[in-house]
Amino acid sequence: MKNKKNIVYMAVAIAVYLLLFALVETGTASRQMQNLIVPVLVNIILAVSLNLIVGFLGELTLGHAGFMSVGAYAGCMFTVYCDLPVYAELPIAFVIGGLTAAAFGFIIGIPALRLKGDYLAIVTLGFGEIIRSILNSMDIVGGSGGLKGIEKSGNYTVAYVLTIITLIVISNVIHSCHGRSIKAIRDNVIAAESVGVNVVYYKMFAFVLSAFFAGVAGVLYGQNLGILKPATFDFNKSIEILVMVVLGGMGNIKGSIIAAIILTVLPELLRDLADYRMLFYALALIIMMLFSSNPTLVEFRQRIFSRRKREVER
Amino acid sequence: MLKRFLALAMAGTMALTMVGCGGSGANESAEGGSDVIKIGGIGPLTGDAASYGVSTKNGAEIAVEEINAAGGVEGMQMELLFEDDECDEQKSVNAYSTLMDQGINVLVGSVTSACSIAVSGESQKDGILQITPSGSAKECTATPNAFRICFTDPLQGQVMAEYIQQQGLSKAAVIYNNGDEYSKGIHDAFVEKFAELGGQIVADESFTTGDVDFKTQLTKIKSSGADCLFLPFYYTEVAYVSEQAASLGLGLPMFGCDGWDGVIKQLNGDTTNIEGGTFLTPFVPTDSDEKIQAFVSAYNEKFGADPDQFAADGYDAIYAIKLAVEQTGGDLSNDALIDAMTKITLNGLTGDMTFDENGEPNKSAKVAVIENGAYTAKN
Repeated sequence: MKNKKNIVYMAVAIAVYLLLFALVETGTASRQMQNLIVPVLVNIILAVSLNLIVGFLGELTLGHAGFMSVGAYAGCMFTVYCDLPVYAELPIAFVIGGLTAAAFGFIIGIPALRLKGDYLAIVTLGFGEIIRSILNSMDIVGGSGGLKGIEKSGNYTVAYVLTIITLIVISNVIHSCHGRSIKAIRDNVIAAESVGVNVVYYKMFAFVLSAFFAGVAGVLYGQNLGILKPATFDFNKSIEILVMVVLGGMGNIKGSIIAAIILTVLPELLRDLADYRMLFYALALIIMMLFSSNPTLVEFRQRIFSRRKREVER
Repeated sequence: MLKRFLALAMAGTMALTMVGCGGSGANESAEGGSDVIKIGGIGPLTGDAASYGVSTKNGAEIAVEEINAAGGVEGMQMELLFEDDECDEQKSVNAYSTLMDQGINVLVGSVTSACSIAVSGESQKDGILQITPSGSAKECTATPNAFRICFTDPLQGQVMAEYIQQQGLSKAAVIYNNGDEYSKGIHDAFVEKFAELGGQIVADESFTTGDVDFKTQLTKIKSSGADCLFLPFYYTEVAYVSEQAASLGLGLPMFGCDGWDGVIKQLNGDTTNIEGGTFLTPFVPTDSDEKIQAFVSAYNEKFGADPDQFAADGYDAIYAIKLAVEQTGGDLSNDALIDAMTKITLNGLTGDMTFDENGEPNKSAKVAVIENGAYTAKN
């Protein structure tokens, strides 16, 4: 049963890639859509990795952009200062970015994970801002003007492979013994502890793993854009990722993927509304949130879908 | 009842989204029409830096209208398509792709430095002529297809260092924002040039974005024996510094950069504390120059406000394109236009300028003085 499911997922992943490949290589997709593929995939990695902490571990953090920036700078600095061929340089850069972010996740995790709920949120928020301030005043990484001259070697194939790896790792972790322990901590810390779950270890595990993938996403972001600016990674960025997780549903990986796609593509599709763009984006966001979470509306939605299903059956 | 209303609201939003999708497709069909020069513009129209983008867009619109009313260029009309980038590099590149889908011939943008650099990474591949009206970082013109209208940051610092020493002042105190590339760029060049010219930097203080209290820095400066104060940062902080300097009885002449534009409005028109303050600027709306006055009145009529330097930069960028198209004799191919850029001489609102192969403008600096609640141009 489990195997069958995996094969289906694999087939979907390959089919989606072939579709992307066909759309891009034949030029069927507009420039706008082609250009959006990598940002969408970056956001999927970010949302899914944040979901591990927010959705599965049940802790709120607002420092995801901080991890992303640390990873991005570490990985991209490597590509700027090392002149290896691309096929060797790029994987190393991703690993460096991920590991650096994970190391920061560990360091921050030691004091931060003693805290819970809103306290943890504020501490991680502070961490993100500290990182940004340090990057702002570090001349070696370009300071406030940003790290420039990064070779733009990220493309949609690289991004897609990374996204799939992220999804495989995170969904496997969640379905493993580790994942069940993490969910047990979310549901009831005391009960989990009483049956011998090492709360500190599993919290740290989730935190570090999440930071690792945020770092990888950061490197991908930098490699795609060619420039990194500290101001990009402010707490608005963390909130943006959190919105994707919340919209997709806590602890729902498919939801995170869909939400990341919608929230990245929607503002671009609304460009023709010119001055009213941000207004409609916000409005759409409110309506989507209501539609996906308000109990009355969820019931309403289910009724519509079940009615349609019945019609189909007839 | 409520449900029905919500359903309607949902349907409405959906429909609007669909309209949004449809719109971008419709524009594509117009591609390839040779009687229209499509100019793409990118800048922040929303977010923190929105005022820069909106001004640039407005200035560019006026230029396009003027040119079209006068019969266009080489028999072609100009069309400006301006996209928002929220001052975010990724969104700036997204905006660029959207514009390329619409078949633009030339790009004006982006308005801010980092966005402009991100976009030039893409535009280089397409080889399209890119003119940034106000991207002042050095790297904005690093690619062969990129040109700029404004001064670079280091140049502003050098020019002000020379200007201050010409006033017979030799002991400068500097405050700068070390969290802002613009401020840091001007500061570094200023400090170097000022010392090179034989002056002395007696106090070098810094702050970061968001600071509102400068009394510590100003107290140090007061005891440093400085004879002038150089403030290379934006008008919001300049307003604070000028008030706090007055309350401490500092009484030093103040100098600044083009970020000062807007300080009078910030001080609600009361300039007692900053009277005589001098800053480098490419554009002063009260300049008696005929061209500038015509632009100011056209801008006022259309948008109900005085234009700032961003508007002037946007206006000049459009005229640079016009001259380049005239130079090629109506040839809109990328290489021809880029080649033509180095051959034109633009008598713009921000000064007379030519462009070198590196994409840099050669133009003279203008200095404005704050006198009796207004900016006065001084040459």
